[in-house]
Order: sequence, then structure tokens, then C-alpha cells
Amino acid sequence: MVPGIYIHIPFCLSKCGYCDFYSVTSTEKISPFIKSLLKEMEMYHGCFSRFDTLYLGGGTPSLLDSAQIEEIIDGIRKHFPLSADTEVTIEANPGDLSREAAESLFKTGINRISIGIQSFDEHILSFLGRRHSSIDAISAIEHIRNAGFDNMGLDLIYGVLGQNMESWMNTLRKALSFRPEHLSCYQLTIEPSTPLGIQYRAGEIDPPDEDLLYDFFMRTSELLEASGYSHYEVSNFARGDECMSKHNRKYWDHTPYLGLGPAAHSFYGNRRWWNHRCVDRYIEEINKGIPPIEKSEILTREQLRLEALYLGLRTKMGIDMEEFSKQNGCDLLDEKGALLRTMEQEGLITITDNRLCPTRSGLLVSDSLPLL
Amino acid sequence: MKNTRNFSIIAHIDHGKSTLADRMIQYSGVVNDRNFKNQILDSMDIERERGITIKSQAITLPYRSKDGEDYILNLIDTPGHVDFSYEVSRSLASCEGVLLLIDAAQGVQAQTVANLYMAMEHDLEIIPVINKIDLPSADVDKVMEQIDSELGLDPYMSLPCSAKEGTGVEEIMEAIVRNIPPPKGDPAAELAATIFDAQYDSFRGTIIHCRVFEGTIRGGDIVRLMHDETTHKVEEVGAFLLPRQKKDSLSAGDVGYIIAGIKTVSDVQIGDTITLDKRPRKEPLPGFKESKPVVFASIYPIASDDYEELAVSLEKYKLNDASFVYQKDSSIALGQGFRCGFLGLLHLEIVQERLEREYDLSIILSVPSVRYRFTLNDGEVIYIDNPAYYPDPMSITTSEEPYIRAIMMFPERHMGAVMKLCKEKRGENSTLSYPSPGRIELIIEMPLADVIYDFYDRLKSVTQGYGSFDYDIIDYRQSNLVLLDILVNGDRVDALSQIVHRGSARERGLRACERLKEEIPKQMFKIAIQGAVGGEIISRTTISAYRKDVTAKCYGGDITRKRKLLEKQKKGKKRMKMVGSVAIPQSAFISILKSDNT
Repeated sequence: MVPGIYIHIPFCLSKCGYCDFYSVTSTEKISPFIKSLLKEMEMYHGCFSRFDTLYLGGGTPSLLDSAQIEEIIDGIRKHFPLSADTEVTIEANPGDLSREAAESLFKTGINRISIGIQSFDEHILSFLGRRHSSIDAISAIEHIRNAGFDNMGLDLIYGVLGQNMESWMNTLRKALSFRPEHLSCYQLTIEPSTPLGIQYRAGEIDPPDEDLLYDFFMRTSELLEASGYSHYEVSNFARGDECMSKHNRKYWDHTPYLGLGPAAHSFYGNRRWWNHRCVDRYIEEINKGIPPIEKSEILTREQLRLEALYLGLRTKMGIDMEEFSKQNGCDLLDEKGALLRTMEQEGLITITDNRLCPTRSGLLVSDSLPLL
Repeated sequence: MKNTRNFSIIAHIDHGKSTLADRMIQYSGVVNDRNFKNQILDSMDIERERGITIKSQAITLPYRSKDGEDYILNLIDTPGHVDFSYEVSRSLASCEGVLLLIDAAQGVQAQTVANLYMAMEHDLEIIPVINKIDLPSADVDKVMEQIDSELGLDPYMSLPCSAKEGTGVEEIMEAIVRNIPPPKGDPAAELAATIFDAQYDSFRGTIIHCRVFEGTIRGGDIVRLMHDETTHKVEEVGAFLLPRQKKDSLSAGDVGYIIAGIKTVSDVQIGDTITLDKRPRKEPLPGFKESKPVVFASIYPIASDDYEELAVSLEKYKLNDASFVYQKDSSIALGQGFRCGFLGLLHLEIVQERLEREYDLSIILSVPSVRYRFTLNDGEVIYIDNPAYYPDPMSITTSEEPYIRAIMMFPERHMGAVMKLCKEKRGENSTLSYPSPGRIELIIEMPLADVIYDFYDRLKSVTQGYGSFDYDIIDYRQSNLVLLDILVNGDRVDALSQIVHRGSARERGLRACERLKEEIPKQMFKIAIQGAVGGEIISRTTISAYRKDVTAKCYGGDITRKRKLLEKQKKGKKRMKMVGSVAIPQSAFISILKSDNT
């Protein structure tokens, strides 16, 4: 249970219609932001003994130049002890990954890259409001490989309005042709506060059909598992266990993590806290010497148990019931035995060796499973 | 006495009864504007929300007339639903006149006519009031014509007003003084007062609302309740000012309250006559009826831990609702609970809602039932109001069910639709009359069970709201009855069982299945719902499983948000009852008695 660090880089050149992560489109605050970020690191100096993952997410971290990224990574090394085998990930937009950019990223010590491809279909890309083309995507992947990255993840989106199974399968097969170590396949979620959400509320767009989404999910899982990928979380696939995202797994098993930057969330023990979702406020508070925390919550035993249940049931590893009972003081088989057996008969979960695991179709209803 | 007027306001629903009462209260100055709130007489939230009056209320309005004299106007507000028609009749019996309120845009409606007839039965002076004249769609001339032709009243007696804007209120006050006769009676005679309501006060016990017809009552008197044959010492009498105002005595003609150390409202009966113990009256006042529950259902806590809390709450609730009766009960599917009796379906819904709101309980009601009578092989006669105790069919010699005489009034053009509905509800022995041109009065006998099963809603629907309805229970009649069971994924849910007429079993089974299909949300597995009589499955539906419910992204910032959503869903699920592995929402239990049209 070695903790991880997440850094939120809240800048984008343009906003995509579906995205509700916090970011601003003006880049003039980048340099004061980095200064504040370094000060925020200082605030936590000495609080943690060791980290083994560092994740630069956004926003669009690839907007930063390599000097800025180095400055951030140096700051981390200065204030926090990192394991020798630390997984250092950056999220990147294909449009930012020129040959030179890829090479200098590699030199900063980043050893894993997650590229926001989303689709190889131009229509889908333009519907999503992406600023890159599929040609950009292909050359970005080549530059990343040529620069020496041997741990590359591709992010894809499906269930986009107007997308049919053929278009999605083409994107998926194209992605597979690059043999990425990792694939994230997200079903498009219409978030209320996004441009897409506003269109949806106004009745301008319809959500895709539930049966079609079911088919997308099942076909994706079948194809990728047949191609040697492990479907280890609802939306994540790894080419072998060693290729799973070490950092993201911490979110799902209650490992502590420290989040730095605006809107970043942190978790430690039974406490979760998060920073202001506003880059100006973030900078302002830090300049005043105040931690830029918007809110924190102390989780009750019951809340921790609920989280452990729903996070665990999102993963292929599922829940070790003995461990769960130790951590949460609740014997699942005792309390919910009959229901769990029904779920098992329905083919939604498996119960073996004291382990509760969702099946492929179980993953698809994993928001309901913890409500049993 | 000559300066007292006792009156009530009667109206079709939404014609503005509570608003007019508000304006008159404000006009009289009995409450200052700062303390005033709308629908002042509808003190319960549920009354304000549903726009109906459930409890009677009375208020005394002091008024100086244009003739220079001071008057006491006692306004007795009445409930507005057939479940409470007995309470209405007692309130009207306490008045000398009524304001018959008619909406200027909607005109004469079913309840207007039904109310008029009730007022006429009590020989009351009737003052028609045309309300909402401020509406752009108001048509006062047309309403006056209806008052003449449909109600048979003098349209030139009618008073236009806008309760909303407060216009015409003074003229109404004057008309009450001028046209409604003062009460009669001899303050020196033997005491005779009728109880038209009783309310519970946690400090003083039961507050009896009464109208004195003869004699005088004072603090310290020993009174006798003639039907109950109990005696009580009067602690206080007074008038319904805001707040209550203590008086030395109440005499013939007065409307007021009596506090006599009576612990619960169940210790007094609406309609009972109060007299003095040492100088009693020979005969009670006419019109008394014992209030008997006609609809029965069981109440269970959703979480079985809440049983004790439910028991305490029912005891408290009962303090203020004498018509509500209950006793312990238990169900295989739903655990320990209580079997309860109600005046009708609306009463049942009100009790349910008040228990949930005022006592913060989550409860489930079983399917409502009437009380059946069975004669067994050994000659024993038993009454069953709970399908769980349906006797072994082999042991039954005769099955009987309660019948009612229904009185309906509606425009002639709906005749076909109403007759069809009554036939469907096994109506028999009908008689027709035409009280006024174009309007029909239909008297028909029907099984009560079919009436509680969505009859009133459907009558309103087929008559486009113009049908009024009232009923009396007449007798028990032989009937071919069977027990209809409902199985959810193979488990019999005893709280969903119903006793039904054999001829309707299939249709009712099908309806129940369809209703449950609408009410039970999709779950992760498919759910079979079956209706069965004896061992035979007579109806069946399936609720398909949902296949997709998952959030695509779940990282640092999503976890708290997602947990909060799950917590909310969990809370919602607490309002459902688990039967086997199926979560059944509260609404499902009563839904199977409701019509498609509501």
C-alpha cells in the first residue's frame, strides 16, 4: 500500500464537449501555477515516507514544455521520497507529440504515457471536439515508440452518438495494431455541466440505446481479451498484469494518494480532501500561505465499507472477502449470502476461494452490485 | 341568541372555499395580518397540499353589521370527501345556513349539487356565492342561469365575489346576518349539545367541538355523553376565537368547545349528544351513527427494527383520530405489523401520509380489503378482513360480502358510461330519477369491495368530474369468493393477497401483475410476477433485467461523488421492502387497487 501522487495540470488549448475535468483554456497562468504547485509540495514536505507512482493528469499536461515538466518532477523529488521503480505517467494530447516533444518527454524521466486518442474516425473526433486528427494520432504513437517509451496507454471513447459498431471496431483494431501496453475504453458519459450535457437537456441529442451500449461493451471486452489483454477494470485493459496502471489501481483499493493542483483529490486513512476547482483561487490561497483545500471529509466506517465494495466490484480482482471482513467488520457471505448466490446464478459474479469477482456482464452493472 | 349566526361554506373542490374563509377571517379582524397565513383553517400540511379539508374546524367571527349591531358569526368548516360524509352531516346539522360557493368560470359542478342536497336535507338557508369573478374566463350570467335551472335557487339571491382579491366579502357578511336565521332554543331547557368534532390537545386532552341546541353548560357541570353513557366534569367552555377564548357558559344557539378531562378523542363519538348528568334530556338529538371502519389494511414498518416506533406512533396518532382502529398483526413476507381499519381509501391514504410525515416512519400498507363473512361447515360464522386468514376453501359453506347502496348524481349525457361502469362493478337493483332536467340521480346496490377498488376515480373520470357519489352500507350478500395470491419470483407475498369474486379473479390477477410490473423497478435479474388461485397460475408478467448500470470513469475526483449517489440510492432502497431477493417499493402494495385512469 505505497501511496501515489497525482498532479492536476488544469490547462487545455480548447475544451472538448464531453469533458468535465477542470481546466481553463488560457495558458497565461501556467507559470504562476507551477510556482504555486512547487509551494504546495513544500506544504506537504515530510508528511509521507515514500511514493511509488507519480501521475501528471489534466487538463492537458502535454501543453507544458519539457523544462516546465522537469521543474515539476524536480520539485517532487525534492519534497517527497520516490521509490526507484516509480511509475511516472503523463497524459498527452496527440497534437502535442511531435518527434522532438516525445524525445524530450522521455528525457524528463517519465516512463509511461497515456495518449488521448479517443477515436481513429474523423467524424467522431470532430463530434467530440478534439483538436487532433487521426493522422496526428498515428504519428504521435510512432514518435512515442521511437523516443523509447515501452509503456504506452491509449485512451478511446465509444458509445458516441452516431457511432456504429463497425466504426468502433475499426478504431479498436487500429489501436491494437500498435500493440499498446494499456488501453482505456470509456463509454461516453454525458455529464450535466458539459456542452454535451446542455445539448442533451435541451433535447437536441439522444443518448445511445442501452442494448447497443451493452453490445459495445461486451464486444470490446471479448476482442481485447482475445488479443491478450486483461479486462482488469470496467474501462481498463492491460497487456499482461505488469502493464496495469499502478497509479490508477490505488484509487480502487483505498491506497492513499496525494493530489496536487486545482481540483485534485487526496485520500489518506479515512480522510479525503480536495483543492479548489479554480486556478486563480488555488494560486491566491497558496500565495497567502494557506493550503488550497476546498473541503475535506472524514469517512465513517460505513462509508469506507460502501466505497470498498463498489470500487472493488469495478475490478476483475474483485473483493477478497476475508480481507474485506477484516477491514470493514462485515462478513459479506453471512449478510448477503442469498442475494450473492442469486447474482452468481444470474452470471453477474463468481464466488471462489473466498473471493467475490464480477463477471464481464457483472462489470456492466457494477454500479448496482454494491446496493445489494 | 338573536345576534348569533351559525353557518358553513360548502363547495366543489377548488372553488375557493378555504380562500373565502381566509378573507372572512381577515375581514372580521379576529387575527391580525402578521399572524395570518393562507388556508388558516386547513392547519395540516396535507390539507394545504391536497387542497382538501380533512378535519372540521370552527371559528368565531365577531362582526359589526351595517345595522349598527354586533354579531357573532360561527363558521364551521367541513371536510370535503365521501369518506367523511358523516362528519360533514354533523357539521351541517350544527348550522342554520350555508354559503354555497360556485366558481364563476367552472359553474355548477357535481359536488355543488351533492352539497346543496345535503344542506337541503338539514333545512338550511342557502346563500349562493359566485366566486372568482376576477378571472378572465368568469361568466357570472351563465352561473346565475345554472343556479336557477340546475339548483332551483333564486339567482338574484346570489352574491358575486373574488375571495382572492377580497371583493364582495362585506356583502357576504351582511347577507349572513340578514338571511340566515338566528338559532332557536331555550337556554333554560335540559342541555342538548351535539358533538361535531373532537381534537386532541397534548396539554388539555380532548377538545370537544359542539353546538348547543337547548339549555346551558358551564364550567364545573357534570355532563353525560348519551350514547357512550359516560360522565365527565367540565373544566372549561369557550368560543373558537384565535386563540380559544374561555367563557362562563355556552347556551342554546352557541357553537363552542368543551374541555372535560377526556383523555383521547376515541372516548367521544362524533354526533353524540351531551346533556347534564343531574338534569338529563330524555332523548338524544337525532342523526347519530356509530362510525365503523369499512376498509382494512395492514401496516408494516419497512425496517423491522422500527416496529416499536410504529407501535408508539400509532398510539399517538390514534389520540387524534377516533375513526382509526388497529390491532397487532403479522405477515410472513413483511414481518410484524398492525391490522388497521379506515373509513375509506382516502382516509387510509391520509393515515399513511400523516404517519410518514408527522412521525417520520417508512411504512408499507398491504392491499386494502373489506370485511367478509363466512359460514363454515360446523355452522360457525366468522368475519375476515385480512386475506391472510382466509379459511380453508373446503371448510366454507357460505361466503358473503358487504353491499352498499350508492347514490350518484351526474349529467344525463354520461348515463351510458356510468351504467357500464356499475355493471362492471357488479351493480344491481338500480333506480333512476331526474331531480332537474338533464341531471340523473342513480341509486344502485354494489359490493363494497368493488367500490373501494378504483370505483370513485373511474366515476370521476367517466363523468369528466361531474359525477358525485355517496353510499351507505346495507347488508351482507352471498357471493362466490376466492383467494387471489401474488407470487414474486415464486415466493407468495401474503400482503399482496386479495379476496375477490371468482368472476373477476382472472382480470384482477392480470391487473395486479401489470400494476406490479409498473411499480417494481427493473433489477439486475428478471422477476416473474404471477397471480394464483388455489394452486393454479391465472396471470403472469415478467420484469426484464436491466443490463447496464456502470460509470465509465472512477478516479480520485469521482469517488466521493459516486459514493454520495450510492448513499442516496441506498436510502431510496430503504423505502422498499425486500421480498426474497426482490426490492418492492411501498407504492406497489396499494397500486394494485388503483385504476389505470388515475
